[in-house]
Amino acid sequence: MSTTTTAAQGDDHGHGHDDHPKHLAHHFESLEQQFDAGKLGIWSFLLTEVLFFSALFVAYTMYRSNYPEVFQYASQFLDTNMGALNTIVLLLSSFTIAWGVRNAMLGQLGLLKMNLVITLLCAGGFMMIKKMEYEHKFHEGTLWSGNVNTIFRLDPNDVPEDMKHHSTAWDNRNGEFTMAVKDLDPEFRQKLGIFFGIYFCLTGLHGIHVLIGMILMIWLLIRAMKGEFGPTNFNAVDFGALYWHLVDLIWIFLFPLLYLIS
Amino acid sequence: MIPVALLPTLLQHTQEDFWFPSQAARNASMVDELYYFIFYVSLFAFIAIVLATAIFAVKYRRGKVGMNPEDSPHHSTSIEIVWSVIPSLFMVAMFWYGFQDFVVMKQIPDNAYEIQAKAKKWDWKFVYPEGVESFGGNIDMHDGGEGMVVPLGRPVSVRLESSDVLHSLFIPNFRVKMDVVPGRYNYLWFEPTELGEFPLYCAEYCGTRHSRMLAKVVVKSEEDFQQWLKDQVVDLATLPPAEAGFEVWKKNGCAACHNTEGVNGIGPFLNGKYGSTETLADGSTITVDDNYIRESLLDPNSKVVAGFKPEMTSFAGQLNDDEISYLIAYLKSLNE
Amino acid sequence: MPSTNTLDRTNYLNATKGFMSWFWTIDHKRLGLMYLWSVIGCFMLGGFFAMKIRLTLSGDVDFASQTAEQMNAYNNAFTVHGAVMIFLVIIPSIPAALGNFVVPMMLGTKDVAFPKLNRFSYHLWIIGAVLFVATLFIGNLDTGWTFYPPYSTGHTDPSVITAVLGAFILGFSSIFTGLNFIVTIHKMRPPEMTWFKMPLFLWAIYATALIQILATPVIGISLLLILVEKTMQIGIFTPELGGDPVFFQHLFWFYSHPAVYVMILPGMGVMSELFATFSRKPIFGYKSIALASIAIAIFSFIVWGHHMFVSGQSELMSVIFSALTFSVAVPSAIKVFNWIATMYKGSISFSTPMLYGLSIIWLFGIGGLTGLFLATLGTDVYFHDTYFVVAHFHYVMVGSALFGFLGGIFYWWPKMYGVVVDNMASKIGCLMTFVGFNMTFMPQFIGGSKGMPRRYAAYGESAGFDGYNEASTLGAMVLMTGLFIALGSLLWSLKKGKKSPSNPWGGVTLEWMTPSPPPEHNFEIDPPVVGDPYDMTLVEWKGEEEGFLPVNPRADDPCVPDVKPSA
Repeated sequence: MSTTTTAAQGDDHGHGHDDHPKHLAHHFESLEQQFDAGKLGIWSFLLTEVLFFSALFVAYTMYRSNYPEVFQYASQFLDTNMGALNTIVLLLSSFTIAWGVRNAMLGQLGLLKMNLVITLLCAGGFMMIKKMEYEHKFHEGTLWSGNVNTIFRLDPNDVPEDMKHHSTAWDNRNGEFTMAVKDLDPEFRQKLGIFFGIYFCLTGLHGIHVLIGMILMIWLLIRAMKGEFGPTNFNAVDFGALYWHLVDLIWIFLFPLLYLIS
Repeated sequence: MIPVALLPTLLQHTQEDFWFPSQAARNASMVDELYYFIFYVSLFAFIAIVLATAIFAVKYRRGKVGMNPEDSPHHSTSIEIVWSVIPSLFMVAMFWYGFQDFVVMKQIPDNAYEIQAKAKKWDWKFVYPEGVESFGGNIDMHDGGEGMVVPLGRPVSVRLESSDVLHSLFIPNFRVKMDVVPGRYNYLWFEPTELGEFPLYCAEYCGTRHSRMLAKVVVKSEEDFQQWLKDQVVDLATLPPAEAGFEVWKKNGCAACHNTEGVNGIGPFLNGKYGSTETLADGSTITVDDNYIRESLLDPNSKVVAGFKPEMTSFAGQLNDDEISYLIAYLKSLNE
Repeated sequence: MPSTNTLDRTNYLNATKGFMSWFWTIDHKRLGLMYLWSVIGCFMLGGFFAMKIRLTLSGDVDFASQTAEQMNAYNNAFTVHGAVMIFLVIIPSIPAALGNFVVPMMLGTKDVAFPKLNRFSYHLWIIGAVLFVATLFIGNLDTGWTFYPPYSTGHTDPSVITAVLGAFILGFSSIFTGLNFIVTIHKMRPPEMTWFKMPLFLWAIYATALIQILATPVIGISLLLILVEKTMQIGIFTPELGGDPVFFQHLFWFYSHPAVYVMILPGMGVMSELFATFSRKPIFGYKSIALASIAIAIFSFIVWGHHMFVSGQSELMSVIFSALTFSVAVPSAIKVFNWIATMYKGSISFSTPMLYGLSIIWLFGIGGLTGLFLATLGTDVYFHDTYFVVAHFHYVMVGSALFGFLGGIFYWWPKMYGVVVDNMASKIGCLMTFVGFNMTFMPQFIGGSKGMPRRYAAYGESAGFDGYNEASTLGAMVLMTGLFIALGSLLWSLKKGKKSPSNPWGGVTLEWMTPSPPPEHNFEIDPPVVGDPYDMTLVEWKGEEEGFLPVNPRADDPCVPDVKPSA
């Protein structure tokens, strides 16, 4: 999927001139052209990613503007602290990968490797936190409309008995929420399922992109360990970092839209 | 602003012509007129470009001109402006007339008589304000339905609802169409101007029998229409059980899936079936008796005859016990 | 043997041998050829289902006795026909098969910007194709290529899952192809070739690529949502769960309308090349055509609602979409006028490629003009979901896009394979295809305006549509025969075709400045980039054998091996 697979990577001889350095692909005239092409390529690709997510943001906008109270109420079920932690973790990882690009440009392979590892760890941390959040939701039954265990049914008799027993959201037994789900107007309750449908789609798709980013980081790490990057050969790190920044940016939008609206 | 449809039109015609079926509703002529406007403009443009192409191809063919043509301009701002502006003006006109017609189509008259059209896979049921119901009626379907019966000369609006998937109600002779979307009501309206029967189609793909989700529209005079409404209010208790059963059969759209002429469709044909022995999907056999028929209506997918899919919707809550008895009597009568 | 033909020497076709040298190639020319044959193969698959449709509608189908199985078979046929033709054939056709082959050469470069991504695009196409074909064996696919919920998500077999997955992957193939072309055209043009000195085919490919990268991701997410709705009942399109089925239609058509311009723009690009070359004249109104291509690409994004006038969307939206839809008609009309004006005082050759080009004037004329009836609200309400629409889109997608593809294949065939196909058989193939096409689809306009609805497995006798269906099927037989003759003429040429010089037609775009077929890296020496891609005086006719050669050849010009360098 990366658009930077063209350059044949090897040791950097660094003496440009008219003999082709090993990491200059045969169809490019110069390293500069190769870099420019790669840059335009990755930005175009990121544009396609934005459009890929756009439909979900449009769905969010449409349903929220039609049912604002439903979304406000639903947001209570999301753990703002976890979300904030995730935001911090991703921001940190963006910082380390950006620093890593600089390391690659300056040939500081040791620092580059360190930063790639930290970025990876942050990404992993993000996924762990996400996993915990998802597990909590499955336990609580705060799920999308069509899930068998969702508590957001038109008819309360359709909610499985064991769900009613262990979901604290169902009867608000801990008084955490403004109202118990079972006491809500049925239509309102059913629309909550739509909020969670959008929540799982958005965060799920985002999570898949984080995983892809992690694979990308591992690939960069392996190449860094082989000593491949340097002042005339850092394209892959630069472009990989751009991808990572977009993944972070999408989360920066998701977080307030989903977690901070109650 | 006077809606175009109210102006007397020279082109109004009731017969079918080369392109269209006959016009049978007030708004049909405005649609046809708009069509002919676009058609003649397009035809003129088409002939012009084809003629120009043909003439140039012949006049400047290589055999005559040779390999190297003489110099000629490669662009001309004035010509290009002319041939951009003129088509644009025609398009503005097309949009405008289309928009006006659309406004007419969307503004349902206040005094419209509202019929509810209930769509489901794969039949139409029509419910009238007086509580009367009818269905189907397409002449190729032989389903015994009355169709959507409407009075001549009065605006009729149709409230569209679906209980399952997307459908669309299309009456070519009235030039009306509107999708039927589950979860909401959509509307269309028309004012019939001709007596007679006209086909009604489903125009949004809805599954296997989409092509059989057909009905008819029957336009009656006001007097006949009122009489028809009265005749529909049938007290089933006054009829012989088998006849009452046939009324229940018609009103619930059974013919959409069950034939009574010996041909299997989505569901098995039912003539001659009462009392017979059938093999179920799991290999066991049952007798088609009163109990089996009752169970098939209330819990249809528990004992499905082999070779058919468990697709029948349940009529629990829709048929009361009397209606079920009448149906059983009707099916029994099909053994003769 | 022309001196500029390399079939008896090393060229890109024979430079390396073996399955892996083709399957794992990054050479844009080999990838282009593989796409070409793959697309032709899938075209025949789609055509098989088209025949099934036509034979069902005009065969001995008895409305009363048609069984559920037969109805299902028909519903599958139109679904698979549409999905295969759109996703596997027409959308990739010109960009992936012809564009890949020609674009780098037109730019005077060795390859596209990202050759490995190009290879990956092709492999993704294969995976998508396999998934589609697998679907045929898994089960019933009868949603129509449009996959509208709630039917597709709640009333269908699991085969919908593989089909949707296939379409999703094909979407990525298309995105990466477009992305590659955008970067190639931006970053790999020779310095003398400024934007307004590019051949119009490149403008067309560029505009197409813009649409590919901006619109395709939206169908990607829409299909993903169908998958998630069907497998997990996420609820977003299902009314019983609080969702909205019309929302899907908006998402779907947001891509699928611009997608039709992905289909037609490259065909229009081919038209510009054909009309210039075969009139031996610069194209009339170059700048207008270039800008019109971009305008079409931009406007294509703001008209999708014209597929939804009767869906229940608000009246205001319908009115706005109708008005905007006309905006797309004007640039298209301008192009047609420009092509015709190119012929004025030209030297017109009736070569096979030009015959396809001339056919397109007729076919796109009808296809484009019938679009006006559908842009207009008052008439679209009537025509929506009737055969009028089916006829309209076949005139533009087949009559224009496919004919553009065929014209382009015959035009660049000498460059691809070193042989020219321009004989009685190829011309009859074109003529028969043209006649057969009109015979097939003209009756459908009339049937549609008589009220014949789409996607029906059979019509009752009283409906009165039988005559139109029978006429259409007869036409389909002629169409199919014509296409087979055309294909036959191409295949025959591979064995027995007349060897082609570097420039048999007299074009002056750079791909003609290298031998036929080209060497592996396209050009032995850098081609001369003089600036005007349509200055026909740069080449002159040297007879049947040598074709057109540069008037002022440079030293060591491989296209003119025996000519001394100019003084």
